[in-house]
Amino acid sequence: MDITKKKRDFLRAVGFEKCHQAQEREEQKDFVPLYQDFENFYKRNLYTRVRDNWNRPICSLPGPVFDVMERVSDDYNWTFRLTGRTIENVINMGSYNYLGFAENNVDFLKTVAEETRQYGVGVCSTRQELGNLSTHEKLERLVAEFLGVESAMAFGMGFATNSMNIPALVGKGCLILSDELNHTSLILGARLSGATIRVFKHNNMQSLEKMLKDAICSGQPRTHRAWKKILIMVEGIYSMEGSLVRLPEILALKKKYKAYLYLDEAHSIGAVGPTGRGVTEYFGVDPNEVDVLMGTFTKSFGAAGGYIAGKKELVDYLRSHSHSAVYATAMSPPVVEQIIRAIKCIMGVDGTTEGQRRVRQLAENTRYLRSRLKEMGFIIYGNQDSPVVPLLLYLPGKVGAFSRAMLKRKIGVVVVGFPATPITEARARFCVSAAHTREMLDKVLQSLDELGDDIKLKFSRHRSSYRPELYDETDFELDS
Amino acid sequence: MAAGQQWVLVEMVQAFYEAPAYHLILEGILILWIIRLLFSKTYKLQERSDLTEKEKEELIEEWQPEPLVPPVSKDHPSRNYDVVTGPPSHKIIVNGKECINFASFNFLGLLDSERVKLKALSSLKKYGVGTCGPRGFYGTFDVHLELEERLARFMGTEEAIIYSYGFATIASAIPAYSKRGDIIFVDEAACFSIQKGLQASRSFVKHFKHNDMEDLERLLKEQEIEDQKNPRKARVIRRFIVVEGLYINTADVCPLPDLVRLKYRYKVRIFLEESMSFGVLGEHGRGVTEHFGVNIDDIDLISANMENALASIGGFCCGRSFVIDHQRLSGQGYCFSASLPPMLASAAIEALNIMEEDPGIFRLLQDKCKHVHKALQGTPGLKLVGEPLAPALHLQLENSSGSRTEDLKLLRAIVDYSLDRQIALTLARYLDKEERFLPPPSIRVVVTVEQTQEEIQTAAQCIREAALNILKR
Repeated sequence: MDITKKKRDFLRAVGFEKCHQAQEREEQKDFVPLYQDFENFYKRNLYTRVRDNWNRPICSLPGPVFDVMERVSDDYNWTFRLTGRTIENVINMGSYNYLGFAENNVDFLKTVAEETRQYGVGVCSTRQELGNLSTHEKLERLVAEFLGVESAMAFGMGFATNSMNIPALVGKGCLILSDELNHTSLILGARLSGATIRVFKHNNMQSLEKMLKDAICSGQPRTHRAWKKILIMVEGIYSMEGSLVRLPEILALKKKYKAYLYLDEAHSIGAVGPTGRGVTEYFGVDPNEVDVLMGTFTKSFGAAGGYIAGKKELVDYLRSHSHSAVYATAMSPPVVEQIIRAIKCIMGVDGTTEGQRRVRQLAENTRYLRSRLKEMGFIIYGNQDSPVVPLLLYLPGKVGAFSRAMLKRKIGVVVVGFPATPITEARARFCVSAAHTREMLDKVLQSLDELGDDIKLKFSRHRSSYRPELYDETDFELDS
Repeated sequence: MAAGQQWVLVEMVQAFYEAPAYHLILEGILILWIIRLLFSKTYKLQERSDLTEKEKEELIEEWQPEPLVPPVSKDHPSRNYDVVTGPPSHKIIVNGKECINFASFNFLGLLDSERVKLKALSSLKKYGVGTCGPRGFYGTFDVHLELEERLARFMGTEEAIIYSYGFATIASAIPAYSKRGDIIFVDEAACFSIQKGLQASRSFVKHFKHNDMEDLERLLKEQEIEDQKNPRKARVIRRFIVVEGLYINTADVCPLPDLVRLKYRYKVRIFLEESMSFGVLGEHGRGVTEHFGVNIDDIDLISANMENALASIGGFCCGRSFVIDHQRLSGQGYCFSASLPPMLASAAIEALNIMEEDPGIFRLLQDKCKHVHKALQGTPGLKLVGEPLAPALHLQLENSSGSRTEDLKLLRAIVDYSLDRQIALTLARYLDKEERFLPPPSIRVVVTVEQTQEEIQTAAQCIREAALNILKR
């Protein structure tokens, strides 16, 4: 494959093949080139061929079914053209809509509409200046109550919550122990803080304990002074693996070695636990034992933004020292209202049992999908209760074929390959939603069954087929 | 051939017998030395892992970490926020008092616009609130594509890309292009998001004095001399200049024509941050490039946030496709974060419609800026920092008391005095320990098109009284 890529690059450079990419300006041709050649190597040759599987535009709400806009390419994926037609009622297995709050039901959205009419959309000021609205304070009190902790603070973007607050908590002379598969926002926040970062193997408690012991005994590198603080950063559910963090064991380690724990519940808040309170409830742990609880409102609450919750001193400190509070615009009021209504629904304070029903429905759907996929013989990763279900495709070549074939069958899936995963572990990732009905899941399973046989994706050896007649003993005897 | 080999062996044995004694002894010693080295233990640096288990446990017992966060004193100036009830529009209710808003960046008054609100409502009915995914995974909506196309058309560039958070826009754009080993020349008064972008990029950062083109030229010349010493390295190091169109910290404009001249002379690319000047400067509100009449293709990247003039949330970058398309795979805030909620994008499109339909609004804003600038001149004890066409001005103390906390207390007293008399002002907030070049404490005064002449006069009068009363003591 490499040889073919190099040959095509050469042809393009020499001019035989027309170069479809945008070029540098004539006036600036003698400037230092903006991009390195080999950085773009992968992009030009491998990614472009399968590029149509990502960035698919949609034109309806991202609920359990949605409308995908039809896109064609006349020049092998270099440019796309929207045909104007839409593929309607595609089953959505890709959006992070765990509790089904991505909805446009007029009754449910009444308060949000009210808020828009009264407040408008923008805020035009930062939290510390004139952007601190009373709705923000109401939201923060509600989040703290929902999680069962003392206090919370909300921010406008989930990614930025990590990248702007970790530098406020740790700095030079501190140690961060971060899991192998942590999200980019956590890694960026750790880098910006200036602390020393050490990576331990994914969910591996022995590796973590060894690192903690070595760190405390040896101190900082070269000077051997004691560390100021040690912060362990883990996520509730890892989005590419679907695995749950081993919270009780980490808490035991944390207490023994006096470290602090930063738990990023981006995917797990609202999605796991008997009442949707996240991994702390799932493991039966008191949320006050975790030092910093972080989460996002994008996934289970159908809005945008993030929060950090914990003890009152922590949140007071963040109010004065967080980069977001001082320099970034505050959250938009309708978005805040949506989060408030979603939390009230899950907690049950709005007087209905809708929230509870959704949490239970999600757990049921998750278990159903996972058990059926295993039965069919696919290899899936992750904990049995996690609504993120990665299905392994392994070969990068199958990535494009799988996604396009599923779209033809009117099912929208997300496929991930290099560089988000190792190059030989490409996967398709399903996000189960409480809004999916049994019929939708059955349709997905049926298509997967057919496709699995066509493209040969059923790698598992522990297959218990529900079509036992294929494995009837008597056939083999007749063969000889 | 076996015979030949045997013959060689005989020769060897013969040589062995015929060799002088010292030679044999020397060789013998060397062989013994080699055997010893092969079997001896490897040499290890003396590490603390020589500790016994018991010692390790003692160390673990003894070690006490610092508290996760240091305690914040009750009267820390940024601990208690001013609470705004109701929308932060022209008439704003701060801490229970209704005031005239001189502190929100609502330059064109679009926060309250009925048209924008209606468009946002219809978008809400169609799409709900959140997008539930990043752009790559079904988070791209037709409104996003429409907004990007409209912004590119408005600015006159090939392509635009939207981010869901204003702060993250320039902070993700800079590290996408500039990596370790590249050189960035940046103004000292650059805002915090630019500083974070520079930190994330790990490049060499060289600061030049604020708006001082000679200082910048000096740095560029020094770099040229360095390059001549090492031409091979110079051919791969990228160079960038990062400036703001209208600086938020000092309220003045960057000298763009001079910068473009320097760009072509020293072969450096320009990144322009236009959060404050988008929708403010220029005949049609296109920013500082229109203000100076500079060809927009000369600027490699223009980044702005939609939270000031457009009264929405989020940010965008625009420029040529060659430059912008790269961010779709390497802009971290774009790829790894959920996209902008569609109702906010629709609101931005409608705001852009209003801007395009009525270019007279920019002339009006600039006139009001001039009025406010004139009215605030000559306030006793306070000096006005900023150009007449800047919509966000600073009032600093003429004579500082020497301690920043004391200065802040005085300024806060002036702000409180004004709040009591129904003029909403605010202190300009900074993170004292994190800023590289911390600006002096100041009060922020913002001009919007909705302010009337009387209101401006009342405000100026009020500030003058406050200064007289508070600063006299």
